[in-house]
Amino acid sequence: MRLELGKINITDVQFGDLTKVENGTLYVNKQELIDLILEDDHIKSVEIELARPGEEVRITPVKDVIEPRVKVEGPGGIFPGVMNKVTTVGSGRTHVLKGAAVVTCGRIVGFQEGIIDMTGPGAEYTPFSKLNNVCIVIEPVEGLKQHEYEAAARMAGLKAANFIGQAGKDVQPDEVETYETKPLLEQVAEYPELPKVGYVYMLQTQGLLHDTYVYGVDAKRIVPTILYPTEVMDGAILSGNCVSACDKNTTYHHLNNPIIEDLYKRHGKDINFVGVIITNENVYLADKERSSNWTAKLTKYLGLDGAIISQEGFGNPDTDLIMNCKKIETEGIKTVIVTDEYAGRDGASQSLADADPKADAVVTGGNANEVIVLPPMKKVIGTLDYVDKIAGGFDGSLRPDGSIEAEIQVITGATNELGFNKMSATTF
Amino acid sequence: MSKIRVVHYINQFFAGIGGEEKADIPPEVRDGVVGPGMALNKAFKDEAEIVATVICGDSYFNENLEKAKDEVLKMIKEHNPDLFIAGPAFNAGRYGTACGTVAKLVKDELNIPVLAAMYPENPGVDMYKKDLYIVETGNSAAAMRKAVPAMAKLALKLAKGEEIGSPAEEGYIARGVRVNLFLDKRGSERAVDMMVKKLKGEDFTTEYPMPDFDNVPPNPAVKDMSKAKVALVTSGGIVPKGNPDHIESSSASKYGKYDIDGVMDLTAETYETAHGGYDPVYANENADRVLPVDVMRDLEKEGVIGELHRYFYTTTGNGTSVANAKKFAAEFAQELVADGVDAVILTST
Repeated sequence: MRLELGKINITDVQFGDLTKVENGTLYVNKQELIDLILEDDHIKSVEIELARPGEEVRITPVKDVIEPRVKVEGPGGIFPGVMNKVTTVGSGRTHVLKGAAVVTCGRIVGFQEGIIDMTGPGAEYTPFSKLNNVCIVIEPVEGLKQHEYEAAARMAGLKAANFIGQAGKDVQPDEVETYETKPLLEQVAEYPELPKVGYVYMLQTQGLLHDTYVYGVDAKRIVPTILYPTEVMDGAILSGNCVSACDKNTTYHHLNNPIIEDLYKRHGKDINFVGVIITNENVYLADKERSSNWTAKLTKYLGLDGAIISQEGFGNPDTDLIMNCKKIETEGIKTVIVTDEYAGRDGASQSLADADPKADAVVTGGNANEVIVLPPMKKVIGTLDYVDKIAGGFDGSLRPDGSIEAEIQVITGATNELGFNKMSATTF
Repeated sequence: MSKIRVVHYINQFFAGIGGEEKADIPPEVRDGVVGPGMALNKAFKDEAEIVATVICGDSYFNENLEKAKDEVLKMIKEHNPDLFIAGPAFNAGRYGTACGTVAKLVKDELNIPVLAAMYPENPGVDMYKKDLYIVETGNSAAAMRKAVPAMAKLALKLAKGEEIGSPAEEGYIARGVRVNLFLDKRGSERAVDMMVKKLKGEDFTTEYPMPDFDNVPPNPAVKDMSKAKVALVTSGGIVPKGNPDHIESSSASKYGKYDIDGVMDLTAETYETAHGGYDPVYANENADRVLPVDVMRDLEKEGVIGELHRYFYTTTGNGTSVANAKKFAAEFAQELVADGVDAVILTST
């Protein structure tokens, strides 16, 4: 499967009469976007706001971040099984509005939504401070249950990203990158001398607002299976979850999975990257056993020499991470795991809820409990009403002057477990 | 600015009183420096000064622990220090544990910066490295010359409240404290680098060495449940409606204790969850789903259990550090025992 990714660099975002891209500026017709989102009866009202890098803007509570993309050649459309037909994607050509994103925010769904600061110390921790963001501030109708509100907010974001992405359809990309993974036997034969490496991609599926969707299927209900890496770039995997902001994989993270990208960089040089195994993080022990048995089985079946395993969330999924690692290592396949830490505000506690000596190669996104002070911002998109309540906040997190003292857990993407950031942790 | 006031703790040997035969001398305090304090004072330049030295025999300290702690602390407190230094103890085991014990005591009771110094294999290191900065030294007094400048440097930094760098930079023994830092490469690239090295059989460094986990052996079974007083404890965040003690939705810093005397059932009007790790709808509709008071009342009525304890304890397990969880349980387990509770049902989420 071969995918060309045409990157259109977006350096500014503005409202305009027409939704279009011109000289690196994304113009958005506000009313069109509002009308589109209000098609959903679950949503009472919506506001569209723009946030650019360096502006004194705080966005919260953030639910999801989505990169606008559009399919220009090849089968299917972006976000298959949800926004477009459930065609197998990942081949042909896709255009990306690089540097732009849709951010869904507004009144809280659960407890686990985040903060994006566009400037200041908080901006250093989130990749989304560097993007030109179209923020969708959603107000649900009265009496909506949390999971119904989550579904409505999720769909609003996807619809907006799908709509905005289409502005890139006929634009000449600034850069085109090609990614290719062949059918297994051919791929193995292409670089017979290189070690075969796969990627075990754990998806958050603890349920009750902790869900991920694959081609429209709730990933709780899948057994581990195999994807071409390029399918992910076309939106085969979507975030539907409210795990802590710092280590939820937003849809933006899935679309731009850095492990897939960096495995491709070494593909044909040091390794033979043969494919992606997706698996879940269900809460029942039988599910954990079955899924980890199957990931181990599939790594063996694919003839892998090594597998990188990434996690999403923390606590309960630490057990899935360690089960996967242990069972894959037992098959004689070398693993590297990517996780983050909850070592307490003082950093002195054990970082993971499970451990095994076989997990001897760990990459960490940092300690999510570390406390940070975020200075007040001139403008708030969304509301500060929930700062004390979101995961990582505490009583008094929001100070009278509008500054926030909280764990970096509150910052969207801060300790990402796909290795999206440069942060790590070390022992002092 | 006035000089930083330092109190120094040493044993009988470094005070020049004697070796093993004098190890039973009780604590005494002398003004100014004694023994290794001289070199430390010099290394402080003019920034700090040892105002008093507390001396105690190693055997005395370890054999009369509680008494010695009181005596030593009193002597230290009297001199009103800004900073406390113990040792260096090198590889002397009892001296090391005494240095660690006193330093921790001073840190906790007087709330001032403290410093010790030992050889990494000194048993005092394992006991106290989490609590203290312990400068790494050689295994005997021959290493004094090297130890003193490192101690003085770190001591001054601590006293001035300056940021403390990594163990390698500052020369202390790693405390097991995780600290965030930004690296040159993003995590995914580091993971792929690590994978390539591991596949080639080259050396690589894990970013998080696996911890040793505590194991808690289960207690023996309760012999007769029909006479047992049973308590409910949950990490599922069930609290009286409105979360009166503001227990955090994640990374809890506290727990709640609530009276359920006469409460037969938790209803949507009276209880809810504060936990941020799951969809609260079903717990808020009926909090018995997480904290089964209704079922316990049935069992009480049916005589299956003796009685349900009148208080339940609750916190949110979501992202809560092991240290906090341990601290909470250590406190309320005492209360449960004192209240004559025979068994506890722990519910999670």
